[in-house]
Amino acid sequence: MLTVENLNSAYGRIAVLHDVNLEVKAGEIVALVGSNGAGKTTLLRTLSGVQPAASGRILFEGKPIERMEAHARVALGISQSPEGRQVFGPLSVEDNLRLGAFRRRSPDKNTLAHVYDMFPVLAEKRRISAMSLSGGQQQMLAIGRALMAAPKLLLLDEPSLGLAPLLIDQILGAVVKLKAEGITVLLVEQNASAALAIADRGYVLETGHVVLEGKGSDLLEDPKVRAAYLGV
Amino acid sequence: MAEFLQLVFSGLTVGAVYALVALGFTLIYNASDVINFAQGDFVMIGGMGTVFLAAAGIALPLAALMAIVGAVIVGLLLHRLAIEPARGASPVALIMITIGASIFIKGIAQVVFDKQFHSLPAFSGDTPIQVGGATILPQSLWVMGVALGLFVALYLFLEKTLLGKALLATAANRLAARLVGVNVTIILALAFGVSAAIGAIAGVVVTPITLTRYDVGTMFALKGFAAAMVGGMGNPLGAVVGGLLIGLLEAFGAGYISSTYKDAVAFVVILLVLFFLPRGLFGGRSVERV
Repeated sequence: MLTVENLNSAYGRIAVLHDVNLEVKAGEIVALVGSNGAGKTTLLRTLSGVQPAASGRILFEGKPIERMEAHARVALGISQSPEGRQVFGPLSVEDNLRLGAFRRRSPDKNTLAHVYDMFPVLAEKRRISAMSLSGGQQQMLAIGRALMAAPKLLLLDEPSLGLAPLLIDQILGAVVKLKAEGITVLLVEQNASAALAIADRGYVLETGHVVLEGKGSDLLEDPKVRAAYLGV
Repeated sequence: MAEFLQLVFSGLTVGAVYALVALGFTLIYNASDVINFAQGDFVMIGGMGTVFLAAAGIALPLAALMAIVGAVIVGLLLHRLAIEPARGASPVALIMITIGASIFIKGIAQVVFDKQFHSLPAFSGDTPIQVGGATILPQSLWVMGVALGLFVALYLFLEKTLLGKALLATAANRLAARLVGVNVTIILALAFGVSAAIGAIAGVVVTPITLTRYDVGTMFALKGFAAAMVGGMGNPLGAVVGGLLIGLLEAFGAGYISSTYKDAVAFVVILLVLFFLPRGLFGGRSVERV
C-alpha cells in the first residue's frame, strides 16, 4: 500500500532522514520505534505532506505522492493523528470530528457514530470545546478526527505520549480494532514494547536511518532492541 | 433628550461602518493572525469605484456591484501577491506588508480616480424621518440594515457551515487544518476576498453620508482597528459591539465636548483598552491545556 524509497528530509540545512526505505502492506499494523530525535515524527510528517521531502519517492497504492500537497493526500486516503494531538481548541468536540471528514464529499453519519462508539467519552462531551478535554480525551479526539476521513492508511504519532497506563491500553486496543476493520496503520511510538506487541512488523529508526526491521515479535526479542529501547 | 437621541442615531450610523471594518479585520485575523491595515482601503474602493462607474453612466446598483467585485479582486491580489509569498514570515512583518499595500492602493487610487471628495445620491431620498424629536436619514437606516445583514450572514457562515468551521480551524491550528485536508491557501484567499467584499459594501452604503476620497481608508482602518481591539481582536460579536461603541463615543464627544476632538475619541479609547483590558471586552480566550 505504501512504499518509501530512499527518502530524505531536512529542516533547513539539518538533514533528518537519510535514505529511508520502508513498506507498509495493506491490512498491517507497522510500528516505527526509536529514541527521541530519531526522525520518527519527521518521517510521518513527510508522509502526510506537511513536511517536504528533499529527495526520494513515496508511493501510495503505486502512485508517487511525494510532491503532492497535504490536503490532496488526505483526499487519497492518508490521514494522520499528529504528535501532541493538535486539536482545534476553541471548536467543539463534534466540530473537530466533522472537520476530520472535510475532504469527503458525502460524510456519512455512520462514521461519526462509529467514532463515538469507539470512544464513548467523546459522545458525552461533544458540545464542549476541545481545549477543555483532558490529555487522554484529546488523544482520542485526535485519533477520532483522523478516522473521520475514512482513511485507507492511518498515521498515528505517539498516541500513548503522556497518558496513564490504563489509557495507553485503551488506545492501543482501539488500534488493534481498527486493523480488524481493515484500516492499515503506521504507528510511531517511543513506547517500543507496547507498539511492537501489537504490530505485525516494525522498523527501528536511529538518527534518521532505518537500522533494523522485522516482525514485531522478532524485534521484541532482539537483544539490541531490548537493550536500546526496552530498558532490559 | 432630542439632542441625545440625535447623537445616538449619528453614532450608530458611523459605528455600524466601523463595525463592518472591524469585522473585516476579525475575519482575516482569525484565518491568518494578520491585522490587515489595507482593510479601510476596501471601503474607499467600494465608494470611489461606485462613484466613478456611476459617473460613466452605469446604473447605481450595477456600479456598486462592480465596485464590490473590484474590491474583492484587489483583496485576492493582496493575498496572492503580498501575503502568500511571505508565508511563514512573522505576523509583524505581514502587518507591515499590509501597511505598504495600503499606501500602494492609495497611490494607485489617486491616479485611477482623482484627489477630490465625491458623494453618491442617497438610496431612498433625503427626507429625514422624525423619531422622538430627533431625525434620522433614510440612508442611516440603510447603513444599519446592511451592517446587521452582513453580520448575521457572517455569523451563519462561521457557525453553521463546514467551510466556515474550516476557517476557524485554520485559525486555531494551521498544522491540524492541513492534516484534515483543508487547503489553507484557499481558506486565506477566501478570508481576504470576503473581508474586501464587506469593506466595499460598507463603502457603498456610507458614501452618501460621509463622502469619499482616495485616502479615506486610513481613518476607517484606524477606527475599525480600534473597534476590533475594544471588542477583542478575533471576536465577530466583539467587533460589532466595539464598532458601535466607538461610533457612539465619537458622536457624544463631538456633540457634548467639541467636534474638534471627534477623531481623538477613538484613539483615547484604544489607549485605555490597551492599558486596562488588553484582550478587549470579549477577548477572554482561556489558556490551552498542554
